[in-house]
Amino acid sequence: MKRSRGENIFNVFNIIILLIVAFICLAPIWHVFCASVSDPAMLLAYKGLLLKPIGEITMNGYRMALKNGSIVRGYMNTLCYVTSATLIGMFGSVVTAYALSRKDLLLKNQLTFLLAFTMLFNGGLIPTYLLVRNLNMLNTVWAIIIPNCLSVYNIMLLKTSFSSLPDGLIDAARIDGAGHFKTLTNVVVPCSKGILAVISLFYIVQHWNSWFHTAIYVTDRSLYPLQLLLREIVVMNSQSALELAGEDGELSLARELVKYAVIVISVLPMMVVYPFIQKYFVTGVMLGSIKE
Amino acid sequence: MKKPLRQRIKRDLKMNKSVYIMLIPVLIYFIGYHYVPMLGIITAFQDYKIKLGYFKSPWVGLEHFQRFFGSMYFWRLLANTFSISLKSIVWSFPLTITLALLLNELHNKAYKKFIQTITYLPYFVSMIVVCGLVKDFTKSGGLIANLVGIFTGSSDSLLTNPNYFQSIFVASGIWQNLGYGTIIYLSALSAISPELYEAARMDGAGRWKQTLHITIPSLVPTIVVMLVLRIGSIMSVSYQKIILLYSPSVYEKADVISSYVYRIGLQEGTEYSFSTAVGLFQSVVNLVLIIAANKISRKLTDSSLW
Repeated sequence: MKRSRGENIFNVFNIIILLIVAFICLAPIWHVFCASVSDPAMLLAYKGLLLKPIGEITMNGYRMALKNGSIVRGYMNTLCYVTSATLIGMFGSVVTAYALSRKDLLLKNQLTFLLAFTMLFNGGLIPTYLLVRNLNMLNTVWAIIIPNCLSVYNIMLLKTSFSSLPDGLIDAARIDGAGHFKTLTNVVVPCSKGILAVISLFYIVQHWNSWFHTAIYVTDRSLYPLQLLLREIVVMNSQSALELAGEDGELSLARELVKYAVIVISVLPMMVVYPFIQKYFVTGVMLGSIKE
Repeated sequence: MKKPLRQRIKRDLKMNKSVYIMLIPVLIYFIGYHYVPMLGIITAFQDYKIKLGYFKSPWVGLEHFQRFFGSMYFWRLLANTFSISLKSIVWSFPLTITLALLLNELHNKAYKKFIQTITYLPYFVSMIVVCGLVKDFTKSGGLIANLVGIFTGSSDSLLTNPNYFQSIFVASGIWQNLGYGTIIYLSALSAISPELYEAARMDGAGRWKQTLHITIPSLVPTIVVMLVLRIGSIMSVSYQKIILLYSPSVYEKADVISSYVYRIGLQEGTEYSFSTAVGLFQSVVNLVLIIAANKISRKLTDSSLW
Protein backbone atom coordinates (compact mmCIF):
# COMPACT_ATOMS: atom_id res chain seq x y z
CA MET A 1 0.00 0.00 0.00
CA LYS A 2 1.22 3.49 -0.80
CA ARG A 3 1.95 5.73 2.09
CA SER A 4 1.41 9.46 1.98
CA ARG A 5 4.23 11.83 2.75
CA GLY A 6 2.65 12.88 6.02
CA GLU A 7 2.53 9.29 7.09
CA ASN A 8 6.19 8.78 6.35
CA ILE A 9 7.13 11.82 8.37
CA PHE A 10 4.96 10.59 11.24
CA ASN A 11 6.58 7.15 11.12
CA VAL A 12 10.05 8.62 11.37
CA PHE A 13 9.04 10.91 14.23
CA ASN A 14 7.31 8.08 16.02
CA ILE A 15 10.39 5.89 15.85
CA ILE A 16 12.55 8.73 17.16
CA ILE A 17 10.18 9.69 19.98
CA LEU A 18 9.94 6.10 21.14
CA LEU A 19 13.71 5.79 21.01
CA ILE A 20 13.97 8.82 23.29
CA VAL A 21 11.43 7.34 25.70
CA ALA A 22 13.36 4.07 25.75
CA PHE A 23 16.56 5.99 26.35
CA ILE A 24 15.05 7.80 29.34
CA CYS A 25 13.86 4.49 30.78
CA LEU A 26 17.18 2.76 30.34
CA ALA A 27 19.66 5.58 30.96
CA PRO A 28 19.61 5.64 34.79
CA ILE A 29 20.02 1.86 34.96
CA TRP A 30 22.80 1.90 32.39
CA HIS A 31 24.45 4.79 34.24
CA VAL A 32 24.62 2.70 37.42
CA PHE A 33 26.06 -0.24 35.54
CA CYS A 34 28.75 1.92 33.93
CA ALA A 35 29.54 3.58 37.24
CA SER A 36 30.04 0.20 38.91
CA VAL A 37 32.99 -0.61 36.64
CA SER A 38 34.44 2.91 36.30
CA ASP A 39 37.58 4.36 37.82
CA PRO A 40 36.29 5.63 41.22
CA ALA A 41 38.45 8.75 41.33
CA MET A 42 37.31 9.90 37.91
CA LEU A 43 33.75 8.92 38.78
CA LEU A 44 33.66 11.29 41.74
CA ALA A 45 34.80 14.16 39.55
CA TYR A 46 32.39 13.32 36.71
CA LYS A 47 29.04 15.09 36.87
CA GLY A 48 27.13 13.93 33.83
CA LEU A 49 25.25 10.87 32.71
CA LEU A 50 27.50 7.92 31.99
CA LEU A 51 27.02 6.39 28.57
CA LYS A 52 30.11 4.24 28.91
CA PRO A 53 32.45 3.44 31.81
CA ILE A 54 35.06 6.11 32.41
CA GLY A 55 38.69 5.36 33.12
CA GLU A 56 40.09 1.90 33.23
CA ILE A 57 37.44 -0.76 33.70
CA THR A 58 37.67 -2.20 37.18
CA MET A 59 35.96 -5.06 38.91
CA ASN A 60 37.08 -3.87 42.33
CA GLY A 61 33.59 -2.79 43.33
CA TYR A 62 32.23 -6.28 42.74
CA ARG A 63 35.27 -7.90 44.33
CA MET A 64 34.81 -5.83 47.49
CA ALA A 65 31.06 -6.33 47.53
CA LEU A 66 31.40 -10.10 47.26
CA LYS A 67 34.04 -10.14 50.00
CA ASN A 68 31.90 -8.03 52.31
CA GLY A 69 30.35 -10.13 55.07
CA SER A 70 27.16 -8.05 55.46
CA ILE A 71 26.40 -8.00 51.76
CA VAL A 72 26.95 -11.71 51.23
CA ARG A 73 24.83 -12.49 54.27
CA GLY A 74 22.13 -10.10 53.07
CA TYR A 75 22.12 -11.77 49.68
CA MET A 76 21.87 -15.22 51.25
CA ASN A 77 19.08 -14.03 53.55
CA THR A 78 17.16 -12.63 50.61
CA LEU A 79 17.55 -15.90 48.69
CA CYS A 80 16.24 -17.88 51.68
CA TYR A 81 13.32 -15.51 52.34
CA VAL A 82 12.30 -15.34 48.70
CA THR A 83 12.45 -19.12 48.27
CA SER A 84 10.49 -19.97 51.39
CA ALA A 85 7.92 -17.19 51.04
CA THR A 86 7.33 -18.14 47.41
CA LEU A 87 6.94 -21.84 48.22
CA ILE A 88 4.51 -21.13 51.05
CA GLY A 89 2.66 -18.61 48.89
CA MET A 90 2.40 -20.96 45.94
CA PHE A 91 1.12 -23.84 48.07
CA GLY A 92 -1.52 -21.64 49.71
CA SER A 93 -2.51 -19.99 46.44
CA VAL A 94 -2.86 -23.25 44.50
CA VAL A 95 -4.96 -24.85 47.21
CA THR A 96 -7.18 -21.79 47.60
CA ALA A 97 -7.58 -21.29 43.87
CA TYR A 98 -8.54 -24.96 43.47
CA ALA A 99 -11.12 -24.67 46.25
CA LEU A 100 -12.65 -21.51 44.80
CA SER A 101 -12.77 -23.04 41.33
CA ARG A 102 -14.91 -25.96 42.59
CA LYS A 103 -18.34 -25.06 41.33
CA ASP A 104 -20.13 -27.22 43.88
CA LEU A 105 -18.40 -25.77 46.93
CA LEU A 106 -21.18 -24.52 49.19
CA LEU A 107 -19.21 -21.72 50.84
CA LYS A 108 -17.52 -20.56 47.63
CA ASN A 109 -19.00 -17.05 47.57
CA GLN A 110 -18.50 -16.49 51.28
CA LEU A 111 -14.86 -17.56 51.03
CA THR A 112 -14.27 -15.34 47.99
CA PHE A 113 -15.69 -12.39 49.88
CA LEU A 114 -13.57 -13.19 52.93
CA LEU A 115 -10.44 -12.98 50.77
CA ALA A 116 -11.44 -10.11 48.50
CA PHE A 117 -12.49 -7.87 51.37
CA THR A 118 -8.90 -7.79 52.64
CA MET A 119 -7.96 -6.00 49.42
CA LEU A 120 -10.36 -3.17 50.22
CA PHE A 121 -9.94 -2.74 53.94
CA ASN A 122 -7.33 -3.64 56.51
CA GLY A 123 -6.60 -3.04 60.12
CA GLY A 124 -3.84 -0.63 59.28
CA LEU A 125 -0.17 -0.33 60.03
CA ILE A 126 -0.28 -0.04 63.80
CA PRO A 127 -2.77 -2.82 64.67
CA THR A 128 -0.83 -5.18 62.37
CA TYR A 129 2.44 -4.20 64.01
CA LEU A 130 0.93 -4.70 67.46
CA LEU A 131 -0.29 -8.16 66.41
CA VAL A 132 3.19 -9.23 65.29
CA ARG A 133 4.62 -7.73 68.47
CA ASN A 134 2.09 -9.42 70.73
CA LEU A 135 2.81 -12.75 69.06
CA ASN A 136 6.47 -12.22 69.95
CA MET A 137 7.40 -12.45 66.29
CA LEU A 138 9.49 -9.27 66.14
CA ASN A 139 13.03 -10.07 65.03
CA THR A 140 12.14 -13.56 63.85
CA VAL A 141 12.28 -15.07 60.39
CA TRP A 142 8.50 -15.54 60.59
CA ALA A 143 7.90 -11.80 60.69
CA ILE A 144 9.76 -11.60 57.39
CA ILE A 145 8.26 -14.58 55.55
CA ILE A 146 4.65 -14.79 56.69
CA PRO A 147 3.30 -11.25 56.13
CA ASN A 148 2.02 -10.81 52.58
CA CYS A 149 3.00 -14.38 51.62
CA LEU A 150 -0.46 -14.86 50.09
CA SER A 151 -1.68 -12.39 47.51
CA VAL A 152 -5.41 -12.35 46.89
CA TYR A 153 -4.73 -10.93 43.45
CA ASN A 154 -2.54 -13.90 42.50
CA ILE A 155 -5.08 -16.32 43.96
CA MET A 156 -7.82 -14.81 41.79
CA LEU A 157 -5.64 -15.04 38.67
CA LEU A 158 -4.98 -18.72 39.40
CA LYS A 159 -8.64 -19.35 40.12
CA THR A 160 -9.66 -17.88 36.77
CA SER A 161 -7.17 -20.16 35.06
CA PHE A 162 -8.23 -23.28 36.99
CA SER A 163 -11.90 -22.55 36.26
CA SER A 164 -11.19 -22.53 32.55
CA LEU A 165 -9.93 -26.13 32.61
CA PRO A 166 -12.51 -28.43 31.03
CA ASP A 167 -14.95 -29.79 33.64
CA GLY A 168 -14.68 -33.26 32.14
CA LEU A 169 -11.02 -33.48 33.03
CA ILE A 170 -11.61 -33.04 36.75
CA ASP A 171 -14.84 -35.04 36.81
CA ALA A 172 -13.06 -37.96 35.14
CA ALA A 173 -10.38 -37.95 37.80
CA ARG A 174 -13.03 -37.75 40.54
CA ILE A 175 -14.99 -40.64 39.03
CA ASP A 176 -11.80 -42.70 38.89
CA GLY A 177 -11.76 -42.32 42.64
CA ALA A 178 -9.08 -39.66 43.01
CA GLY A 179 -9.48 -37.49 46.10
CA HIS A 180 -9.34 -33.71 45.84
CA PHE A 181 -5.67 -33.56 46.76
CA LYS A 182 -4.79 -36.17 44.16
CA THR A 183 -6.91 -34.45 41.52
CA LEU A 184 -5.09 -31.24 42.30
CA THR A 185 -1.58 -32.66 42.16
CA ASN A 186 -2.08 -35.11 39.28
CA VAL A 187 -4.52 -33.30 37.01
CA VAL A 188 -4.92 -29.60 37.74
CA VAL A 189 -1.29 -28.72 38.46
CA PRO A 190 0.24 -30.52 35.45
CA CYS A 191 -2.35 -28.87 33.19
CA SER A 192 -1.53 -25.37 34.47
CA LYS A 193 2.26 -25.24 34.31
CA GLY A 194 2.32 -21.95 32.40
CA ILE A 195 0.19 -19.93 34.79
CA LEU A 196 1.91 -21.52 37.80
CA ALA A 197 5.28 -20.37 36.48
CA VAL A 198 3.94 -16.85 36.00
CA ILE A 199 2.41 -16.63 39.46
CA SER A 200 5.59 -17.90 41.10
CA LEU A 201 7.56 -15.26 39.23
CA PHE A 202 5.11 -12.59 40.42
CA TYR A 203 5.73 -13.79 43.97
CA ILE A 204 9.50 -13.88 43.44
CA VAL A 205 9.63 -10.31 42.15
CA GLN A 206 7.36 -9.12 44.99
CA HIS A 207 9.44 -10.75 47.72
CA TRP A 208 12.78 -9.85 46.17
CA ASN A 209 11.91 -6.15 46.20
CA SER A 210 9.95 -5.97 49.45
CA TRP A 211 11.47 -4.13 52.37
CA PHE A 212 8.94 -2.18 54.40
CA HIS A 213 7.49 -4.83 56.71
CA THR A 214 10.99 -6.18 57.34
CA ALA A 215 12.12 -2.68 58.27
CA ILE A 216 9.35 -2.41 60.86
CA TYR A 217 9.53 -5.90 62.33
CA VAL A 218 13.26 -6.60 62.28
CA THR A 219 16.07 -4.70 63.98
CA ASP A 220 18.53 -7.59 64.19
CA ARG A 221 21.06 -6.82 61.46
CA SER A 222 22.02 -10.45 60.96
CA LEU A 223 18.49 -11.05 59.62
CA TYR A 224 18.58 -8.13 57.17
CA PRO A 225 17.68 -8.91 53.55
CA LEU A 226 19.61 -7.24 50.76
CA GLN A 227 17.03 -4.46 50.28
CA LEU A 228 17.48 -3.17 53.83
CA LEU A 229 21.26 -3.06 53.39
CA LEU A 230 20.70 -1.24 50.12
CA ARG A 231 18.54 1.26 51.95
CA GLU A 232 21.40 2.03 54.30
CA ILE A 233 23.95 2.20 51.50
CA VAL A 234 22.10 4.08 48.76
CA VAL A 235 19.21 5.90 50.45
CA MET A 236 20.59 6.82 53.84
CA ASN A 237 24.18 7.00 52.61
CA SER A 238 25.23 5.48 55.89
CA GLN A 239 28.97 5.31 56.48
CA SER A 240 28.99 2.28 58.71
CA ALA A 241 26.73 -0.05 56.74
CA LEU A 242 29.52 -1.74 54.86
CA GLU A 243 32.09 -1.93 57.64
CA LEU A 244 34.82 -1.42 55.07
CA ALA A 245 38.36 -1.20 56.33
CA GLY A 246 41.13 0.93 54.81
CA GLU A 247 42.55 4.41 54.46
CA ASP A 248 40.12 7.32 54.62
CA GLY A 249 40.51 8.62 51.08
CA GLU A 250 40.57 5.14 49.65
CA LEU A 251 37.51 4.34 51.71
CA SER A 252 35.24 6.98 50.25
CA LEU A 253 36.34 5.94 46.76
CA ALA A 254 35.70 2.30 47.55
CA ARG A 255 32.32 3.08 49.04
CA GLU A 256 31.19 4.80 45.86
CA LEU A 257 32.14 1.79 43.73
CA VAL A 258 30.68 -0.80 46.08
CA LYS A 259 27.45 1.17 46.22
CA TYR A 260 26.95 0.87 42.48
CA ALA A 261 28.14 -2.73 42.38
CA VAL A 262 25.61 -3.73 45.05
CA ILE A 263 22.79 -2.04 43.14
CA VAL A 264 23.72 -4.01 40.02
CA ILE A 265 23.97 -7.27 41.96
CA SER A 266 20.55 -6.68 43.51
CA VAL A 267 18.80 -5.65 40.30
CA LEU A 268 20.37 -8.23 38.00
CA PRO A 269 18.26 -11.28 38.92
CA MET A 270 15.03 -9.36 38.24
CA MET A 271 16.37 -8.07 34.91
CA VAL A 272 17.15 -11.66 33.94
CA VAL A 273 13.79 -13.01 35.06
CA TYR A 274 11.44 -10.46 33.62
CA PRO A 275 11.81 -11.01 29.86
CA PHE A 276 10.53 -14.52 30.51
CA ILE A 277 7.30 -13.31 32.08
CA GLN A 278 6.89 -10.36 29.75
CA LYS A 279 4.47 -12.13 27.46
CA TYR A 280 2.29 -13.04 30.44
CA PHE A 281 2.04 -9.47 31.75
CA VAL A 282 -1.19 -9.04 29.86
CA THR A 283 -2.79 -11.86 31.84
CA GLY A 284 -1.63 -10.23 35.01
CA VAL A 285 -2.98 -6.77 34.44
CA MET A 286 -6.24 -7.62 32.71
CA LEU A 287 -9.19 -6.00 34.35
CA GLY A 288 -12.11 -8.03 35.53
CA SER A 289 -9.99 -10.96 36.59
CA ILE A 290 -11.33 -10.52 40.09
CA LYS A 291 -14.86 -10.04 38.94
CA GLU A 292 -17.16 -13.00 39.24
CA MET B 1 -34.69 -26.77 42.20
CA LYS B 2 -32.58 -26.23 45.27
CA LYS B 3 -32.51 -28.91 47.88
CA PRO B 4 -33.05 -28.00 51.54
CA LEU B 5 -30.06 -26.44 53.23
CA ARG B 6 -29.37 -29.33 55.56
CA GLN B 7 -29.12 -31.77 52.71
CA ARG B 8 -26.87 -29.43 50.81
CA ILE B 9 -24.54 -29.04 53.79
CA LYS B 10 -24.46 -32.80 54.21
CA ARG B 11 -23.60 -33.34 50.58
CA ASP B 12 -21.03 -30.54 50.61
CA LEU B 13 -19.27 -32.02 53.63
CA LYS B 14 -19.27 -35.46 52.03
CA MET B 15 -17.95 -34.26 48.67
CA ASN B 16 -15.67 -31.41 49.70
CA LYS B 17 -14.44 -32.30 53.17
CA SER B 18 -10.85 -32.53 51.99
CA VAL B 19 -11.10 -29.18 50.19
CA TYR B 20 -12.07 -27.51 53.46
CA ILE B 21 -9.26 -29.31 55.27
CA MET B 22 -6.75 -28.05 52.70
CA LEU B 23 -8.06 -24.53 53.23
CA ILE B 24 -7.48 -24.49 57.00
CA PRO B 25 -3.93 -23.05 56.90
CA VAL B 26 -5.02 -20.43 54.37
CA LEU B 27 -7.94 -19.40 56.55
CA ILE B 28 -5.69 -19.20 59.58
CA TYR B 29 -3.43 -16.84 57.61
CA PHE B 30 -6.22 -14.57 56.43
CA ILE B 31 -8.09 -14.48 59.71
CA GLY B 32 -4.90 -14.18 61.72
CA TYR B 33 -3.02 -11.67 59.65
CA HIS B 34 -5.86 -9.66 58.12
CA TYR B 35 -8.97 -9.94 60.28
CA VAL B 36 -7.42 -9.97 63.76
CA PRO B 37 -5.73 -6.58 63.06
CA MET B 38 -9.19 -5.31 62.09
CA LEU B 39 -10.28 -6.14 65.64
CA GLY B 40 -7.17 -4.29 66.78
CA ILE B 41 -8.80 -1.13 65.45
CA ILE B 42 -10.48 -0.77 68.87
CA THR B 43 -7.11 0.68 69.93
CA ALA B 44 -8.19 3.85 68.15
CA PHE B 45 -10.88 4.36 70.81
CA GLN B 46 -8.60 3.49 73.72
CA ASP B 47 -5.53 4.89 75.35
CA TYR B 48 -3.58 1.78 74.50
CA LYS B 49 -0.66 0.76 76.66
CA ILE B 50 1.44 -2.27 75.81
CA LYS B 51 1.50 -3.32 79.46
CA LEU B 52 -2.26 -3.13 79.84
CA GLY B 53 -3.17 -4.73 76.51
CA TYR B 54 -6.46 -4.45 74.65
CA PHE B 55 -8.58 -5.50 77.58
CA LYS B 56 -7.33 -3.23 80.33
CA SER B 57 -6.38 -0.07 78.44
CA PRO B 58 -8.79 2.78 79.29
CA TRP B 59 -11.47 3.85 76.79
CA VAL B 60 -11.34 7.39 75.51
CA GLY B 61 -14.07 7.37 72.88
CA LEU B 62 -13.47 9.73 69.98
CA GLU B 63 -10.78 11.79 71.68
CA HIS B 64 -8.02 10.84 69.21
CA PHE B 65 -10.19 11.66 66.23
CA GLN B 66 -11.12 15.04 67.67
CA ARG B 67 -7.48 15.77 68.36
CA PHE B 68 -6.50 14.82 64.80
CA PHE B 69 -9.27 16.78 63.08
CA GLY B 70 -8.45 19.81 65.22
CA SER B 71 -4.70 19.69 64.61
CA MET B 72 -2.81 21.63 61.97
CA TYR B 73 -1.67 18.30 60.55
CA PHE B 74 -5.12 17.27 59.38
CA TRP B 75 -5.45 19.84 56.60
CA ARG B 76 -1.80 19.68 55.67
CA LEU B 77 -1.80 15.90 55.30
CA LEU B 78 -5.05 15.94 53.39
CA ALA B 79 -3.83 18.67 51.05
CA ASN B 80 -0.53 16.87 50.37
CA THR B 81 -2.23 13.52 49.78
CA PHE B 82 -4.66 15.00 47.28
CA SER B 83 -2.08 17.19 45.65
CA ILE B 84 0.38 14.34 45.03
CA SER B 85 -2.34 12.00 43.79
CA LEU B 86 -3.88 14.56 41.46
CA LYS B 87 -0.53 15.58 40.01
CA SER B 88 0.32 11.99 39.35
CA ILE B 89 -3.06 11.35 37.67
CA VAL B 90 -2.84 14.48 35.54
CA TRP B 91 0.63 13.56 34.26
CA SER B 92 0.61 9.79 34.12
CA PHE B 93 -2.71 9.25 32.31
CA PRO B 94 -2.04 11.31 29.18
CA LEU B 95 1.58 10.14 28.99
CA THR B 96 0.73 6.46 29.36
CA ILE B 97 -2.08 6.65 26.81
CA THR B 98 0.09 8.56 24.35
CA LEU B 99 2.87 6.02 24.68
CA ALA B 100 0.40 3.18 24.11
CA LEU B 101 -0.94 4.92 20.99
CA LEU B 102 2.55 5.52 19.63
CA LEU B 103 3.53 1.91 20.26
CA ASN B 104 0.36 0.80 18.53
CA GLU B 105 1.30 2.77 15.43
CA LEU B 106 4.58 0.90 15.03
CA HIS B 107 4.52 -1.56 12.16
CA ASN B 108 7.84 -3.18 12.80
CA LYS B 109 7.09 -5.96 15.34
CA ALA B 110 10.69 -6.42 16.42
CA TYR B 111 11.16 -2.72 17.09
CA LYS B 112 7.91 -2.59 19.03
CA LYS B 113 8.98 -5.54 21.19
CA PHE B 114 12.37 -3.89 21.75
CA ILE B 115 10.83 -0.61 22.94
CA GLN B 116 8.34 -2.45 25.15
CA THR B 117 11.04 -4.57 26.78
CA ILE B 118 13.06 -1.49 27.65
CA THR B 119 10.18 0.63 28.87
CA TYR B 120 8.92 -2.17 31.16
CA LEU B 121 12.36 -2.47 32.75
CA PRO B 122 12.05 0.27 35.41
CA TYR B 123 8.94 -1.43 36.84
CA PHE B 124 11.15 -4.28 38.07
CA VAL B 125 13.70 -2.11 39.80
CA SER B 126 13.08 -2.13 43.54
CA MET B 127 11.71 0.95 45.25
CA ILE B 128 14.87 1.22 47.35
CA VAL B 129 17.07 1.39 44.25
CA VAL B 130 14.75 3.89 42.53
CA CYS B 131 14.86 6.15 45.57
CA GLY B 132 18.63 5.73 45.79
CA LEU B 133 18.93 6.85 42.17
CA VAL B 134 16.59 9.77 42.77
CA LYS B 135 18.71 10.88 45.72
CA ASP B 136 21.89 10.48 43.72
CA PHE B 137 20.63 12.48 40.75
CA THR B 138 19.01 15.27 42.74
CA LYS B 139 21.68 15.81 45.36
CA SER B 140 23.73 18.98 45.13
CA GLY B 141 25.95 18.52 42.07
CA GLY B 142 23.89 15.54 40.88
CA LEU B 143 22.85 15.14 37.27
CA ILE B 144 19.29 16.48 37.49
CA ALA B 145 20.23 19.10 40.09
CA ASN B 146 22.77 20.45 37.61
CA LEU B 147 20.23 20.42 34.78
CA VAL B 148 17.71 22.35 36.87
CA GLY B 149 20.54 24.63 37.95
CA ILE B 150 20.94 25.84 34.37
CA PHE B 151 17.51 27.47 34.66
CA THR B 152 17.45 28.48 38.30
CA GLY B 153 21.08 29.35 38.78
CA SER B 154 21.57 27.22 41.88
CA SER B 155 22.51 23.57 41.94
CA ASP B 156 21.42 22.90 45.51
CA SER B 157 19.92 19.59 46.47
CA LEU B 158 16.40 19.42 45.01
CA LEU B 159 14.96 16.87 47.39
CA THR B 160 15.33 19.10 50.42
CA ASN B 161 13.47 21.92 48.67
CA PRO B 162 9.75 21.76 49.51
CA ASN B 163 8.87 23.30 46.15
CA TYR B 164 10.34 20.41 44.20
CA PHE B 165 9.52 17.40 46.34
CA GLN B 166 6.12 16.57 44.85
CA SER B 167 7.36 16.98 41.28
CA ILE B 168 10.30 14.66 41.93
CA PHE B 169 8.01 12.14 43.56
CA VAL B 170 5.54 12.18 40.67
CA ALA B 171 8.21 12.18 37.97
CA SER B 172 10.09 9.22 39.41
CA GLY B 173 6.78 7.36 39.70
CA ILE B 174 6.06 8.02 36.06
CA TRP B 175 9.54 6.87 35.09
CA GLN B 176 8.96 3.60 36.90
CA ASN B 177 5.40 2.87 35.76
CA LEU B 178 5.01 4.46 32.35
CA GLY B 179 5.88 1.41 30.23
CA TYR B 180 4.12 -1.10 32.43
CA GLY B 181 1.02 1.08 32.47
CA THR B 182 0.66 0.83 28.69
CA ILE B 183 -0.03 -2.92 28.84
CA ILE B 184 -3.68 -2.56 29.70
CA TYR B 185 -4.23 -0.06 26.87
CA LEU B 186 -2.25 -2.12 24.36
CA SER B 187 -4.37 -5.15 25.10
CA ALA B 188 -7.50 -3.05 24.57
CA LEU B 189 -6.02 -1.74 21.30
CA SER B 190 -5.23 -5.20 20.02
CA ALA B 191 -8.87 -6.14 20.54
CA ILE B 192 -10.08 -3.58 17.97
CA SER B 193 -11.33 -5.37 14.87
CA PRO B 194 -9.07 -4.86 11.83
CA GLU B 195 -12.23 -4.68 9.71
CA LEU B 196 -13.02 -1.28 11.21
CA TYR B 197 -9.73 0.09 9.92
CA GLU B 198 -10.29 -1.64 6.59
CA ALA B 199 -13.66 0.06 6.22
CA ALA B 200 -12.23 3.43 7.22
CA ARG B 201 -9.47 3.11 4.63
CA MET B 202 -12.09 2.31 1.99
CA ASP B 203 -13.78 5.57 2.92
CA GLY B 204 -10.46 7.34 2.39
CA ALA B 205 -9.57 8.01 6.01
CA GLY B 206 -5.87 8.52 6.63
CA ARG B 207 -4.01 7.32 9.68
CA TRP B 208 -4.72 10.43 11.74
CA LYS B 209 -8.44 10.17 10.99
CA GLN B 210 -8.39 6.46 11.83
CA THR B 211 -6.75 7.20 15.15
CA LEU B 212 -9.23 9.96 15.90
CA HIS B 213 -12.38 8.09 14.93
CA ILE B 214 -11.59 4.44 15.64
CA THR B 215 -8.61 3.97 17.94
CA ILE B 216 -9.31 6.62 20.55
CA PRO B 217 -13.07 5.96 20.83
CA SER B 218 -12.31 2.26 21.31
CA LEU B 219 -9.98 3.12 24.16
CA VAL B 220 -12.43 5.35 26.00
CA PRO B 221 -14.08 2.60 28.09
CA THR B 222 -10.69 1.37 29.33
CA ILE B 223 -9.58 4.91 30.07
CA VAL B 224 -12.76 5.65 32.00
CA VAL B 225 -12.47 2.50 34.12
CA MET B 226 -8.82 3.13 34.89
CA LEU B 227 -9.46 6.77 35.70
CA VAL B 228 -12.44 6.14 37.94
CA LEU B 229 -10.63 3.41 39.84
CA ARG B 230 -7.52 5.54 40.18
CA ILE B 231 -9.60 8.37 41.57
CA GLY B 232 -11.17 5.85 43.93
CA SER B 233 -7.74 5.17 45.38
CA ILE B 234 -6.78 8.83 45.50
CA MET B 235 -6.10 8.60 49.24
CA SER B 236 -3.42 5.95 48.85
CA VAL B 237 -0.10 7.50 47.99
CA SER B 238 2.90 5.20 47.93
CA TYR B 239 3.94 6.19 51.43
CA GLN B 240 6.83 3.73 51.49
CA LYS B 241 8.44 5.83 48.79
CA ILE B 242 7.62 9.04 50.66
CA ILE B 243 9.32 7.65 53.74
CA LEU B 244 12.44 6.84 51.73
CA LEU B 245 12.61 10.26 50.09
CA TYR B 246 11.41 12.85 52.57
CA SER B 247 13.20 14.70 55.32
CA PRO B 248 12.00 17.15 58.00
CA SER B 249 12.77 20.14 55.77
CA VAL B 250 10.08 19.06 53.26
CA TYR B 251 7.41 17.68 55.64
CA GLU B 252 5.13 20.63 54.83
CA LYS B 253 4.80 19.39 51.24
CA ALA B 254 5.77 15.72 51.47
CA ASP B 255 4.02 14.36 54.54
CA VAL B 256 0.92 12.30 53.70
CA ILE B 257 -1.51 10.55 56.05
CA SER B 258 0.21 7.16 56.02
CA SER B 259 3.73 8.51 56.38
CA TYR B 260 2.48 10.53 59.36
CA VAL B 261 0.93 7.39 60.87
CA TYR B 262 4.24 5.58 60.47
CA ARG B 263 6.25 8.42 61.93
CA ILE B 264 4.23 9.09 65.05
CA GLY B 265 3.28 5.45 65.61
CA LEU B 266 6.47 3.55 64.96
CA GLN B 267 9.42 5.66 63.96
CA GLU B 268 9.62 8.66 66.26
CA GLY B 269 6.91 8.02 68.76
CA THR B 270 4.82 5.21 70.12
CA GLU B 271 1.44 6.88 70.03
CA TYR B 272 -0.22 3.62 69.07
CA SER B 273 -3.79 4.72 69.73
CA PHE B 274 -3.61 8.11 68.08
CA SER B 275 -1.88 6.81 64.97
CA THR B 276 -4.33 3.93 64.70
CA ALA B 277 -7.13 6.49 64.75
CA VAL B 278 -5.47 8.51 61.98
CA GLY B 279 -4.93 5.32 59.96
CA LEU B 280 -8.53 4.27 60.49
CA PHE B 281 -9.78 7.60 59.18
CA GLN B 282 -7.82 6.99 55.99
CA SER B 283 -8.91 3.36 55.58
CA VAL B 284 -12.57 4.27 55.97
CA VAL B 285 -12.41 7.13 53.47
CA ASN B 286 -10.52 4.81 51.11
CA LEU B 287 -13.15 2.10 51.39
CA VAL B 288 -16.00 4.53 50.73
CA LEU B 289 -14.19 6.04 47.73
CA ILE B 290 -13.34 2.74 46.09
CA ILE B 291 -16.88 1.41 46.51
CA ALA B 292 -18.25 4.62 45.01
CA ALA B 293 -15.71 4.47 42.17
CA ASN B 294 -16.66 0.90 41.42
CA LYS B 295 -20.36 1.84 41.29
CA ILE B 296 -19.66 4.76 38.96
CA SER B 297 -17.45 2.67 36.73
CA ARG B 298 -20.15 -0.01 36.41
CA LYS B 299 -22.75 2.63 35.54
CA LEU B 300 -20.55 4.34 32.94
CA THR B 301 -18.92 1.41 31.23
CA ASP B 302 -20.34 -1.88 32.49
CA SER B 303 -16.93 -2.88 33.73
CA SER B 304 -15.91 -2.82 37.34
CA LEU B 305 -13.60 -4.49 39.83
CA TRP B 306 -16.40 -6.61 41.26
